[in-house]
Formats: sequence, C-alpha cells, structure tokens
Amino acid sequence: MPELIITKHIDVPGIDRLSVYRQYGGYEALEKALREYQPEEIVELVKKSGLRGRGGAGFPTGMKWGFLAKNEPRYLCCNCDESEPGTFKDRMLMEKNPHQLVEGVIITSYACRVSTAFIYVRGELAYAARQVQRAVDEAYAAGYIGKNILGSGYSLDVIVHRGAGAYICGEESALMESLEGRRGYPRLKPPFPAAVGLYGGPTVINNCETLSTVPAIVRNGADWYASFGTEKSKGTRIFCLSGHVKKPGNYELPLGTPLRTLIYDEQYGGGILGDKKLKAVIPGGSSTFILGADKVDTPLDFESVAAAGSMLGSGGVIVMHEDTCIVDAVLRMTEFYRDESCGKCTPCREGTYWLVQLLERIEHGHGKMSDIDLLLDICDNISGKSFCPLGDAATSSITSSIKLFREEYEYHVREGCCMVGPKARKPAAAAL
Amino acid sequence: MISEQAKQRMRELAARYPVARSAVMPALYIAQAEEGYVSRAALEAVAEVLNMTVDDVESVATFYTMYYQRPPGKKVIKVCNSISCYLRGCDALIEQLERRLRIKRGETSPDGRYTLLTTECLASCGTAPVLQVNDEFVENLTPELVDRLVDQWEAEFQAEGQSQGRSPAGAGGC
Ligand SMILES: Cc1cc2nc3c(=O)[nH]c(=O)nc-3n(C[C@H](O)[C@H](O)[C@H](O)COP(=O)(O)O)c2cc1C
Ligand code: SF4
Repeated sequence: MPELIITKHIDVPGIDRLSVYRQYGGYEALEKALREYQPEEIVELVKKSGLRGRGGAGFPTGMKWGFLAKNEPRYLCCNCDESEPGTFKDRMLMEKNPHQLVEGVIITSYACRVSTAFIYVRGELAYAARQVQRAVDEAYAAGYIGKNILGSGYSLDVIVHRGAGAYICGEESALMESLEGRRGYPRLKPPFPAAVGLYGGPTVINNCETLSTVPAIVRNGADWYASFGTEKSKGTRIFCLSGHVKKPGNYELPLGTPLRTLIYDEQYGGGILGDKKLKAVIPGGSSTFILGADKVDTPLDFESVAAAGSMLGSGGVIVMHEDTCIVDAVLRMTEFYRDESCGKCTPCREGTYWLVQLLERIEHGHGKMSDIDLLLDICDNISGKSFCPLGDAATSSITSSIKLFREEYEYHVREGCCMVGPKARKPAAAAL
Repeated sequence: MISEQAKQRMRELAARYPVARSAVMPALYIAQAEEGYVSRAALEAVAEVLNMTVDDVESVATFYTMYYQRPPGKKVIKVCNSISCYLRGCDALIEQLERRLRIKRGETSPDGRYTLLTTECLASCGTAPVLQVNDEFVENLTPELVDRLVDQWEAEFQAEGQSQGRSPAGAGGC
C-alpha cells in the first residue's frame, strides 16, 4: 500500500471535528507556516514540491501563486463546485475531512497575502457545505481564522458560498461572476484572475483537492512530497473510479501508477464488472478524450496520459466494458454539455444542440452515413472557436469515439440499431 | 410574504460580503425557504434588501437550476442520469420511479407530493446510481431500494394525513 497523503485520515471517526483533527496533527502546519515562514517562502516551497492543480488543467500551483499582481486587496477562491461527470473526490474531502481543506485555505491565503477567502461549494452538495461551514465556524472560534491569527499579525476572513446548480460556475471566471452576484457567464481572458479577478482584485483560484494537499506539504516539506509520483508529475492524487468496475470508489495513488493497477488490482477497482472485456476508458472526467482498451498500461501521470491521447483532467476515471454502446454513451455525455452550456456564445449554445440531435438520430437508427462526418464538422466548428473551454470539452467524447469506434457509428446507420449492448439485434444464429 | 426575520438575515449576509450584491444567491435561498419557490414576493424582498431591481434579481435567479420558478412538490426527487449512473443502469430506475409516482420526469404530482427530476452528475459516481430527496443523498440504488423508498414516502404522507385529519384545526378548517 503506497503512503497516503490527502486521504490518510479520511476514515478516522470524528476527524470532521476540530478536536479530533487536532489529535491527528491538524493545524500544526498552519502554526508552522505562520511561525517559521514568510509568505513568499511558502510560495517557493509549493513550487519546489511540484504540486499541480487538481481541478482539471494541472497548472503548477506555486507558479500560479507567484503570478499574483502586487496590488491589494487580494482574494482567494477555493473551487469546490465539483460537477465534472465522473468526479466525486471533492465532495468526499468536504464531507469527511473539511478541516484539512480549511487549513489549506488559510495557509494559501497567508502565502498569497489574501485578506478574504471564499469557498465556493456546489449547490447540490448541501451536506458538504454544512460540513465546511461548521469547520470554518470552529476555526474562527479557535482563532485560526479572524483577526491576528495565533498572534502572527495576519488576519483573514473566510466565507462559504453555495452555488445553485450550474456546471459552468466551476470555470474560474464564471465562478467569480457568480460570487459577485451575477449570472455565471465566463469572462474574457486575459486579463487572468491573478491580475484582475474577483471584485477586480488579484485572485488565486484553486481546486478543493489542490488546497487540501497544502498542509501536508508544509508539514513534511517539499522534498518529501516530490518523492512521490514521477519526474514531472509529483505527488499523489485521488482517482475517482466509476462505471463498469467491481469496486468503484476514490483511490489515492502516486501519479504514474498504471491505469491497469487502478482498474484491476484487488485493492482498487478489482477488475471489470462480470469479468467482461474492457472496451474504453475516459481518464479525466467526461471532458477528456476517450482511450481504447489498448491504452490500459498507460501510467496515470500528466505526460503519459497526454502521450496516450487524452488528459488527466479532474481525475474521474470512467470505465466501459464490451457491452457498452458507444454511441449511446457519447449521446449521454453530449446531453450534459447541451444542458450546461451557459448560452453566452453561439458555437457552443447552438452546436451542442445540433450534436445531440445528430447523435440521437444515429442512435435511434435514423442516421445517414454523412451524419458521422457532419458530427466531426460541427465539432471542428465548436472546438477552439468557443468562448470558454466548455465548448471544446463537449466535443472530446465525440471526436475520440469516432476515431476509435467509427465502425460502430456506421453499424447504427446501416443496421438501424446498436452493435452491442441491450438494444443490439441478436444475430440470427442465436435464434436457432 | 417574506418575513422581517428573513430580510434581516439577508441584510446581515449583505454586510458580510465585500460587495452587497454578492449576497444575492444566499438571499434567494433564504427567500425560497420561506415561499417554497422564488415567488414574486421573494424577488421583491431580495431586490429591496440588496438595492437591486426586481428584473436584475430575476435574471440571476433564472440562471441557476436550484431556484424554483414554480412551487415544487413536498419531496423533490432528483435522479442523476449522467454517464456513470447511466453505465450503472439509472434509466431503468427513473422509469420505475415514473411508474410508482405516476408522473413523468420533470413533473409534479397533482396532489403536490412529488416532483421528479433528472439531474446532472451529482458527484457520487462511486456509489452509482444515486438520487437526492430534498438535497439528501440516497446512494447505491437498486430496484428493491427504490421500491422501499417509495413505500416509505407514501407511509410518511399517510401518517401526516392521518394526524392532520385528527387535529381539530384540520377538521374544522378556517
Ligand atoms: C467548464 C469548466 C468547468 C470547471 N469545473 C471545475 C470544477 O468543478 N472544479 C474545479 O476545481 N475546477 C473546475 N474547472 C477548472 C477551473 O477553471 C480552474 O482551472 C481550477 O479551479 C483551478 O484550480 P487548480 O489549479 O487547483 O486545478 C472547470 C473548468 C471549466 C472550463
Ligand atoms: S463555450 Fe459554452 S459554456 Fe463557454 S461561454 Fe460559450 S456558451 Fe458558455
């Protein structure tokens, strides 16, 4: 069993309360940070640790902090809007170990000289929001948040803000619009949040898991953290394993662990449901390209997954076995983007509707052969031509599945039904 | 009508944020908790407290799916139908719920007891399929569990109906 960092204490009874969290070394990292380090030294420490963002893009965390413009006031947004299909780690971190997150938020705020921090919790996650709010309340009462924290002279306010149902608010600039009390439309970039963010001030935005990792790095050092993972992808991360595996769940593993280990090892996925054959894997949430079964030995680090043709994204590993109709699965994922498109720009707003219509037509046996290339053509007109990355994301599963499973699309058009799965026509021989 | 207490809580929230307008989302939640949905009175109260126009508040409220435009049922059932739940058979469970509750997805039952909604990925893919009843999770759904849930809800409504029937206020009306 490799050493766990972020989920080490996740199952300790009562760890969600301050008293128990403290018994397990809780808030020692904050005390150490305030006592032994200047803010800039923590930025350097996190740079050295190699920590990269766990929200999707994998941007180096310390470097992001280093980009902050010098003017004040500065803000921190902790992105707990987790809604990428296939991702369910932040909810667990908030529900089970909210103080670890809060400690990470405070240390990061200190490092970035932030005076007000926001924790933006997805609206649907009501219990998670209550857990985080209680942890913040306990931290205020204990003097870890508020004026002159632990006598250091540093003061911080932390506000827990609940979303209200909109995937796009996970996109950093839309999140800031939402926090400012408006419809969650993404903003034009540049300027980037580090220069002009929330309320026009320099703003750091990081994912829940990213910030939950910070206390361990401060406590144990950059070299210790960097000793996990690979040369370029340091540390561990939580892989959210779902779909057709025997034991779905959250598994924290060092970056670089082979996909095969996650799916088949008895400690983790335990193999494919019903011992069926693996068909495809989505390695980083539904916004990332689908990989074929031949990629099962890919090490799960940023570089290797990119070389295999996809992205580690949000860590949501979705497994599909041989009985999955790829067209129906892709249709389901595309409906998500149609429903969640914020409507600000035309390629995404209109394009996602067309994509769903075409996929429905093909799936239900009314498609034309030319529809397959029409899908690709529309994808080409959305990807790279939309206002924010949601548009690009909507096309990932379509383009990659046509590349890998084109014959299955063609089968739908030719035969008017699915090639595999419950809606497939049984071969004539089976009827005898 | 939005109570003075609720408005007071909105004012406190507005003071907590660097800019009052940032309190519009939590204020809408407070108003919705009183009215059951974002009514005209809810919009007006939020607008008044935050010094915004009613149209402006409404434009925010209509962007987010968790602010209800119409009164929902007493139990709002949201079933995830995104990819991981799909792979784990959520479609059959949604059809089962439609049959048992005698409403289609997106509808509220005429007696006002249930609203059945399908929803996007609920961050519970490791315990798929899942649903939420009034924002609380029920995970690892099976057909048997869905049947038991509906039985339990029906029993709750029945008990509620009986206790109301017995009370003098319930009998006499007003
Ligand atoms: C459509 C869209 C949705 C996103 N949703 C989330 C989300 O739910 N949580 C998250 O942390 N990042 C999300 N992101 C990424 C954020 O924009 C941002 O890059 C991230 O929060 C930065 O944190 P990190 O550097 O710690 O990864 C989303 C991005 C896009 C384009
Ligand atoms: S790409 Fe889609 S989600 Fe992004 S701004 Fe355009 S319409 Fe909105």
